[in-house]
Amino acid sequence: MRTFKKGGIHPPENKITADVPIETLPTPHVLTVLLSQHLGKPAKPIVQKGESVKKGQLIAEADGFISAHVHAPTSGKITSVDERSPNPAGQYSQAIIIEADGQEEWAEGMNIDIEYASFPREEKLRKIQDAGIVGMGGAGFPSHVKLNPPKDKKIDTLILNGAECEPFLTPDYRLLMEEPERVIKGLEIVASLFGEDLKVYIGIEQNKPRAIRIMKERSKGTPFEVVSLKTKYPQGSEKQLINALTGRTLTVGQLPFDAGCLVHNTATIYAIYEAVAKNKPLIERVLSVSGMSIKNAKNLRATIGTKITDIVEYCGGLKEEINQLIVGGPMMNKSQFTLDVPITKTTSGILLINNKELDRLREMACIRCGKCVDVCPQGLQPWRFVDLAQNRRTDEIPVNMLNDCMECGSCTFVCPARRDIVHWIKYAKAMNARRKG
Amino acid sequence: MDAQTRPLIVSYAPHIRTENSIEKIMYTVVIALIPSIITSVYYFGFRALSVVIVAVLTCMASEFIVNKIRKKELTCFNGSAVVTGILLALNVPSGLPLLMVVLGSVVAIIITKELFGGLGFNIFNPALVGRVFLLISFPVAMTAWPVPHAVDVITAASPLGILKTEGVAAIADITFWKLFFGEIGGSMGETSALAILIGAALLAIRGYIFLKIPLIFIGTTFAFTGIFYLIDPTQYASPIFHLMSGGLMLGAFFMATDMVTSPMMVRGQIIFAFCCGLLTGIIRLFGGYPEGVSFAILIMNAFVPLLDRWDLYSMTKRREAVK
Repeated sequence: MRTFKKGGIHPPENKITADVPIETLPTPHVLTVLLSQHLGKPAKPIVQKGESVKKGQLIAEADGFISAHVHAPTSGKITSVDERSPNPAGQYSQAIIIEADGQEEWAEGMNIDIEYASFPREEKLRKIQDAGIVGMGGAGFPSHVKLNPPKDKKIDTLILNGAECEPFLTPDYRLLMEEPERVIKGLEIVASLFGEDLKVYIGIEQNKPRAIRIMKERSKGTPFEVVSLKTKYPQGSEKQLINALTGRTLTVGQLPFDAGCLVHNTATIYAIYEAVAKNKPLIERVLSVSGMSIKNAKNLRATIGTKITDIVEYCGGLKEEINQLIVGGPMMNKSQFTLDVPITKTTSGILLINNKELDRLREMACIRCGKCVDVCPQGLQPWRFVDLAQNRRTDEIPVNMLNDCMECGSCTFVCPARRDIVHWIKYAKAMNARRKG
Repeated sequence: MDAQTRPLIVSYAPHIRTENSIEKIMYTVVIALIPSIITSVYYFGFRALSVVIVAVLTCMASEFIVNKIRKKELTCFNGSAVVTGILLALNVPSGLPLLMVVLGSVVAIIITKELFGGLGFNIFNPALVGRVFLLISFPVAMTAWPVPHAVDVITAASPLGILKTEGVAAIADITFWKLFFGEIGGSMGETSALAILIGAALLAIRGYIFLKIPLIFIGTTFAFTGIFYLIDPTQYASPIFHLMSGGLMLGAFFMATDMVTSPMMVRGQIIFAFCCGLLTGIIRLFGGYPEGVSFAILIMNAFVPLLDRWDLYSMTKRREAVK
């Protein structure tokens, strides 16, 4: 059974929504569409206050190379283009507010079946770019940039990331179970962008045996290889998944295409299928509404811009008052300060929990047990970074090691002294960046 | 939706943590030491138990006082003081005057641990410093080893002491099994190798110690003394005798593996353990003291920061080379 070589942990999985089919969440009356839903520069609004828009219409344009288009998630009237709204990424950002008219009227030429097989490469890439697709696993890197690597980098391996190693989250699992054909067609579209001798892997962790079986059945007759991976966090990280499937190791500063690999998350591949085959921009996504404090945990197909308060209401409300709301997975994603935050292209889940851990989060001294060194998938020395960061000596941390940390949180998860290792590493990165800048 | 009036708490990711904690680790070590305590009570009577209790209570009280003086959170109940107390008690003769036990405990906790900043910041193993302090200050009391099962308090030299002063011939009647079960004079915890192995197995199963350090440590001492035994068996004792006697087992499994005072990375651990073994052998065969485990570990403790720094340095270099 394949898995990545170094480190890794086994957090409790808590996939309570695994067997709940995807439901479509009705579009709410008011949508808050953030202009910064991706990595890179926020999009520039191209609509005016008071203007009527149709579903799927471009409302904000990518600003620069690493940026992505934003579309109207429903038809209606623009009531504001510079609203200040909390962003699940952690700060406030500019948002366009749309008052839905309930007509769900698509813009012209969208959401139709297209004969795309004969499209040349550039046409497919342009469609992906036009649809505003970004990496939907969490990073939000614009997909058209990722799919168009520099000419001198030869891509020989394409990987569909179905690992979904974060606890609680199940949207990718549900997509693999419910929409296997579309995922495979999406994968075919992406594969067709590269050479003939491309090796395509579908990597799924072994704790999802039904998804593995379905994908194996459906991928018969295609050159795709479905690989069952030994369950271990953080398998869904690009570097770890590449290592697990191909044995290649990315060194510091290298991107997947340096190793000839391209990794795409299941939800992204599904969105690419919809963009190319149906001319449908990225205006909705599947997400898990989970956690111990929500009445009915569900997998929802929700319109981007829906506020979490609306989602909670749809799921029957809260069982008890919560002390923490996490948008995304509990290992890497951010806790929010308000329920009033809208979902974005990268929101793979919403966790409503009463986190008992918070009472115990009191940093004690490092007892040098070495657990963080054992579990670090990048082979780093997390304890040492914390030591130096806490003493404001971040410049002494070797840069090539610090930047190799992808903040997966394994070290912090295992630390018996409950040290906020990842926090201090982020602090050190920020301090070093400021010093250089 | 039900009214959510409580403010949401923003905390750093990851939001879930393992059940593991310092307390859990420390109290597991305490449990692992219980077989050794039981055997020492079995061989040396309740006098041994009183030494353990006095040492533990003094350690906890010293830590409590320092916590109060430094106005820090109380750390005296997190188990580390208990471990230090038990280890110190197991390292002294059961007949040691209790006032000396108190003194050793105070040195262990206050001077070795708290003055350096408390748990996690000490460079030297507290229990060993306490022991060595007593050994140097009160050499007679510290080498008066009660004989197991004695009705009156009879003291004798430990097997290693006999070896040092009287030569190989004098230890001929000390059999392997006597050493293994602990039917010998010696400090409370180092007599029974069996009890130590049971405790060590528990720690290894729980993943709190890596067997690398003790195995290399013991292996090196075994090999070193073995070479001299092969050269001249009439002058040097057999390596098996060295393996089973003295504090080698206790030191290798419970002291050299102390998380705070051992290296973090594999290469450092190997060098650390190898040098511990070598120094033990040298001191036992050629040094003035019959026993060298405590000195060997303490000397190598001093090298731990250097070994860690070297590991970080060469990791950086390796990464640069790849680039």
